[in-house]
Amino acid sequence: MAKYLLLKHYRGAPAPVNNVPMDQWTPDEVDAHMQFMSDFATRLVGSGEFVDAQALSPDGVWVRYDGEGRPPVTDGPFAETKDLIAGWMMIDVDSYERAIELAGELSAAPGAGGAPIHEWLEVRPFLAAPSTFME
Amino acid sequence: MTVDDVELRELVPRVLSVLVRRGADFATAEDAVQEALIRAHRAWQREPPSDPQGWLITVAWRALLDMARSNAARRAREVRFDAEPPTGVVPSADDTLRLYFLCAHPDLTSSSAVALTLRAVGGLTTRQIAQAYLVPESTMAQRISRAKRTVGRTGLDRPGDVGTVMRVLYLVFNEGYSGDVDLAAEAIRLTRQLASLVDHAEVDGLLALMLLHNARRASRTRPDGRIVPLAEQDRSMWDTELIAEGVAVLQRALARDQLGEYQAQAAIAALHADAPRVEETDWVQIVEWYDELLRFADTPIVRLNRAVAVGEADGAPAGLAALADIDEHVPRREAVAAYLHERNGDLELAARLYAEAARNAPNLAERDHQMRQAARLNDALRHHR
Repeated sequence: MAKYLLLKHYRGAPAPVNNVPMDQWTPDEVDAHMQFMSDFATRLVGSGEFVDAQALSPDGVWVRYDGEGRPPVTDGPFAETKDLIAGWMMIDVDSYERAIELAGELSAAPGAGGAPIHEWLEVRPFLAAPSTFME
Repeated sequence: MTVDDVELRELVPRVLSVLVRRGADFATAEDAVQEALIRAHRAWQREPPSDPQGWLITVAWRALLDMARSNAARRAREVRFDAEPPTGVVPSADDTLRLYFLCAHPDLTSSSAVALTLRAVGGLTTRQIAQAYLVPESTMAQRISRAKRTVGRTGLDRPGDVGTVMRVLYLVFNEGYSGDVDLAAEAIRLTRQLASLVDHAEVDGLLALMLLHNARRASRTRPDGRIVPLAEQDRSMWDTELIAEGVAVLQRALARDQLGEYQAQAAIAALHADAPRVEETDWVQIVEWYDELLRFADTPIVRLNRAVAVGEADGAPAGLAALADIDEHVPRREAVAAYLHERNGDLELAARLYAEAARNAPNLAERDHQMRQAARLNDALRHHR
């Protein structure tokens, strides 16, 4: 049993096969995509593998400490930032192979023309809690 | 009085097995027992029954009837069960054992078998199990109900065996402690119960293994979660009573002359527990037990642990030689290599390997531990220049 994050990127992933931006899709195609995502999550709840799903706004800001008594410094957003996370689905599955299988299915979400986007998703394992037998 | 949760949960598999023996289907009976547990928590605070087991059977049976009636109303079918609760039914050890086997059914994935065992045999609530495994309660509820359907569909003629049950309990123990349920303690309780139901040297071996590991638990991490390696553990914190019990259980198992992997692992744990100071560890005998263990479980992880023991018994070069033919992708291989190279005097290589071990560590505590080792060696190297 292990948890994985299936990460979706606004930027930074290799180009998908069906590479038409969402604002160029028909409204029905957008609906079909949303429905697919929601059905996918529901199916994972049903299979006992769902943990969490969240989407992130692309508008982020960089923040850092600026010394005692000063307010933090903010900067950005920077257009040149290579990697931009769009959201994730967190799953709890029996094996790495299962995580890959599910990511593959999620990547088949329909896009323009109702065809699968073949979007590249990033699969990242969680650092788990230490196990009892580990020494 | 407050209801003793563990005492109550001890009764769960017995009550469930009575219901199943009386013709109830497994999934519904299991729900009925959970319902009876909830009612027991309420009712027993006011007035504890003189016969807790009989009380639970009666209440679970009525809950079962209610569920069957509402199902029957839905499906316009007749209720098939006797209205009278079974009285004077003595749960049999075989029936209870069968429940263990059902919950470790070979068609179930390991996570499903673990969840079902904790609920149907352990009597934990879905919420507790979900918290322990850090998943939403709805996800865990589905995992359990799917597992029950699988078992209900195919389980009755083809249950698991004691080997699959031991594997499930091993996994529960290994999960350790998170949330408000101590899974290691729960695994020990269930393994104890299993050992009382079945005459099997390996079940005793598994119980001994768990007791011996749990005896050292308090010394294995600092309060802030840092890992304390075996050699640096404060041995006065080891639970000598648990160690004595573990050793006694192991000796009983070994006397039967049916060696298996859990007994071999327990023997290694016993040899560690037996050393009052790390310098007094009998590494030669530990290596011999690793050789025994390889006969039953020739895995890269066993070979890796054996290489550490060889390094202690015969010196770091021998340990490195034992490490040489182990697959490079085995988890924690860099950590072992780093340790042996440090012992061999090659601090620069060891520091690099510790840093690599930190990058590939499977959990946070271990990552931090390996990172500190790398930092320690790099610091020493800077001062030597």
